[in-house]
Amino acid sequence: MRGPNGVGKTTLLRALAGLQPVEAGTIKCSLEDICYSGHADGVKPTLTVQENLEFWANIFGSPSISEVAEKFMINNLLNTKAGNLSAGQKRRVGLARLGLMGRQVWLLDEPTVSLDETSVKIFGNIIKDHLSEDGCALIATHIDLGLENSAQIIDLLKFQSSSGKLSSSNEAFL
Amino acid sequence: MLFGQGGGFGLSLAFFFILVVFFPFAIGPNLDLLSKVAPGTLWVGALLACLLSLERIFALDFEDGTLDLLVTSPIPLEGVVISKAIVHWLTTGLPLVLLTPFLGVLLGLQNSNVIFLIISLILGTPALSIIGAFGAALTAGMKRGGLLLSILVLPFYIPTLIFGAEAARRGIEGFETQTSILLLLGVSLLSWAILPFAAASVLRINLR
Repeated sequence: MRGPNGVGKTTLLRALAGLQPVEAGTIKCSLEDICYSGHADGVKPTLTVQENLEFWANIFGSPSISEVAEKFMINNLLNTKAGNLSAGQKRRVGLARLGLMGRQVWLLDEPTVSLDETSVKIFGNIIKDHLSEDGCALIATHIDLGLENSAQIIDLLKFQSSSGKLSSSNEAFL
Repeated sequence: MLFGQGGGFGLSLAFFFILVVFFPFAIGPNLDLLSKVAPGTLWVGALLACLLSLERIFALDFEDGTLDLLVTSPIPLEGVVISKAIVHWLTTGLPLVLLTPFLGVLLGLQNSNVIFLIISLILGTPALSIIGAFGAALTAGMKRGGLLLSILVLPFYIPTLIFGAEAARRGIEGFETQTSILLLLGVSLLSWAILPFAAASVLRINLR
C-alpha cells in the first residue's frame, strides 16, 4: 500500500483491524484472523525481551518463543531489558510478536521503520514465508521489501476521501 | 507482573504515610481529638494515595501501543480492565490496608478499634480501584490527563468515602456498623459489576 503521508494508510489499517468504525463497506474477514502491528512497538521497557514475548505467547496460546526468536534474529537479546534496546532491535521484538500470534492476515503499518538493510531483507523473507503458508499481508510502506513478484501495489491516493477535517473541539479541559 | 509495570505504587504508599504522619503535627498532640479525626484522615489519605497511581493504569499502554494489541487480542477487553484494576488494588489498596495499623497508633487509636478501619478499608478500596480504572480509561488518550482524571474521579469516590469513614467512625464510637458496612460492600460490588464494561467501551472509543 503506497501513498503520501496523511492519505489514510494507518486509518485504513486500523479500521480493518477493528480499532476504528467503518464509514462504509464491509470487512469479510473474521477479526480472529487479523493481527495488527502499528507504529508503536508495544514493548515494555521494564521487562526483558523474553518476558515481553512470553506475555503475548500466553495471551495468544502459542507454544514456544524460541523458534520465533530465531526467525526474527533476537536470540541473543532474550535476556536484555527491553528498555536498553536500540530502536531497531525494539522494532524486531515488536515484529516477532507477529510470529507468536499465528494469525493469517497481517496488517502492518510501516514495519521497516528504523530497521537496517539486513533486517529489512530478513523481514521480507519472513513475509514471503508467511505468504507461502497461505497467509496474506497488507503493508503500508515507503520502501522496497523485495516482494515485487508476489505483491500487488495499491496506491491510496486514488481513493483519498474528500470530506473535510473534523471540527475543532473545546480545549478548556484538555 | 506485566500489568504492574513496576515502580509507581511505592510512591502512593509513601504519600499515604507522609500525609497521615503530618496530621498529628498539624493538629497537635491532643490524643482525644486525633482519635476522633483518625478514620476520616486515613480514609481521605487512602483516597488521595489511590489517585496518584491511577494514571498509570492505561496511559502507558496507550502510548506504547500495547492497548491496540490487547484490543485485537483474543482476551476480552473487560477482562483486561478487571485484571488491571485487581493489580492496582494489590499494589495500592492492599499495602495501604496493611500500613493502617501502624498509622492508627500514630493517630491515637486503640488497638481494638483499628480493626474497624481495616475492615472498612478492605471493603472500600477495591471500589476505589475499579472506579479509578474507569476514570483512567476515560482519560487514556490525553496528554497530561492526570489532573483531569482526579477531577473526574474524585466525585465518584464520595459514596465510598462516606460509607467507609462512617463504618469506621461508628465502630470506633461503639455503635452498630452493619448498615454502613453493607452499604459500603454494595458500592464496591456494584462498581465491580458495572464499571469493567463501561471502561472497556470507553477504551474502544478512545482508541479510534
